[in-house]
Amino acid sequence: MSGATARVLLAGDGGPVAGPALVLSAPISFWGGVDPARGRIADPRHPEHGAALAGTVLFVPATVGSSSAAAVLLELVHAGRAPAALVLDRPDAILLLGLVVAREMGWPAPPALALPRAAQAAFAGRHVRVAPDGALEADA
Amino acid sequence: MSLALDAEARAVAAGRDGPGAAMAMRIVATTARLMGAGRLIPIASAHIDGALYHGDSGTLFAERLVADGARVAVRATLNVGALDLTGCARTRLDPHRHTMARRMMEAYRALGCEATWTCAPYQAGHRPAAGSDVAWGESNAVVFCNSVLGARTNRYGDFLDIACAIVGRAPDYGLHRAENRRARFVFDVGGLDPAFLADEIAWPVLGSLFGREAGDAVGVVTGLGFDPGEDALKAFGAAAASTGAVGLFHVAGVTPEAPDAATALGHEPPERTIVVTPAMVAATQARLSTAERPARIDAVAVGSPHLSLAEFDRLEALIAGRRLAVPLYACTGRHVLGPLARDGRRKALEAAGVVVVADTCVVVTPILAERPGAVLMTNSGKFAHYAPGNTGWAVLYGSLAACVESAVAGRPVLSGRAE
Repeated sequence: MSGATARVLLAGDGGPVAGPALVLSAPISFWGGVDPARGRIADPRHPEHGAALAGTVLFVPATVGSSSAAAVLLELVHAGRAPAALVLDRPDAILLLGLVVAREMGWPAPPALALPRAAQAAFAGRHVRVAPDGALEADA
Repeated sequence: MSLALDAEARAVAAGRDGPGAAMAMRIVATTARLMGAGRLIPIASAHIDGALYHGDSGTLFAERLVADGARVAVRATLNVGALDLTGCARTRLDPHRHTMARRMMEAYRALGCEATWTCAPYQAGHRPAAGSDVAWGESNAVVFCNSVLGARTNRYGDFLDIACAIVGRAPDYGLHRAENRRARFVFDVGGLDPAFLADEIAWPVLGSLFGREAGDAVGVVTGLGFDPGEDALKAFGAAAASTGAVGLFHVAGVTPEAPDAATALGHEPPERTIVVTPAMVAATQARLSTAERPARIDAVAVGSPHLSLAEFDRLEALIAGRRLAVPLYACTGRHVLGPLARDGRRKALEAAGVVVVADTCVVVTPILAERPGAVLMTNSGKFAHYAPGNTGWAVLYGSLAACVESAVAGRPVLSGRAE
């Protein structure tokens, strides 16, 4: 087992969550970069183009681009295609609003955490468990 | 820093003004805590980018606010929607998406927002005073509001924009604070040919380069000996906010917080200076096109940000009564339609082959035919950036004059000659 402790930005629905890590190797713009209808990375210039987000522990090194990122994330949550947990380099109000609004609407939303991008790469290819206190554990 | 909410804000959050206002206050307060803001500040106005349909969830959110009795507390103009409600142009949304997009636009109207439906609200009579705090969405509107008007806004995204408008307050962080508005880097265009700088094509190209260099940093443009005018600054900001997360730029001697470069820099040395060369400009301009030496073009699109009446004047003069071989989509706000209808001007443009698009634009909603490999020519840095991903069309970038000549010929005519 190996792990790290991330800062909890937005709590999930109480219990631990787990899923395969999807560690993005380049910044992403959710609007234009993620297809909300298919739940996949849609930007052909992105290194993880085509990857599905649903159920993953999604590690995001940086976010760029449009102010409609929250709308895309909310749509993923509403359609059941959201990641199990979202791990950002640092808080991004434009993106996280999607999760804030999901909770207000009463839709189960994943937790969001902050972990520096340098510490994210170690999780690539692993199965990751996210505890409510922000502890991240990866299997061997 | 922990967030201090005053008695008024706590009362709203507890439901004094109804469940809709309470939800809006919780959204604003949660964002303030996430971003480390110590307090909420009053805002003078809002520009709402949240009424563009991306899926049913956004419609349901807006309708929840309406059902729960929310109303905007400050002036709130609306950015583009997914439909042209004026009937100028038709969108290809399927019946379900069309219905949900219309319901969304109606919900934002029911919240008390103004039906401006434009990404250039600052040319539709919404110009907050310099130094005032506002909550604006839409990246080009944000950058214009901060940079050219000197009002103060962060880059507000969907949901937070309307929540701030309902409670009349915003989290105090980022570009609302004077210490974060000073330039950190210099973008020196003094080495470029003055004839190039005087040409309309310079501004989207320079903006695109500025955004890529800036990331989310504030910079000051130096070496410009004249005021290029509002439409040039509009094009510069829109391009910069497409390639970077730019919320504010200064132009020494031109924009309100930059009477000179030293003032814009807060009388501190810049962290870096970018000396713009003709080679950098040429490389940036080339990068705006994705179509390689196309033999033909299939359409032209202009108006991102939305065309002003002055830009229609130029378009009209360049067409000069000729008939276009391919459609030219001219995207604008309904504030321009009235003046444009006078003296039969719009009818004459449409007879020449111009398709006027109001309330929306060809990159945010399906108006262009689904034709993979088709070539769209544009003079907009923002259209050039987003059209390939959002429409599937390849892009050829050129000046407005080149766009018109190409539309007349039906094939690329750059620099006034066939290429």
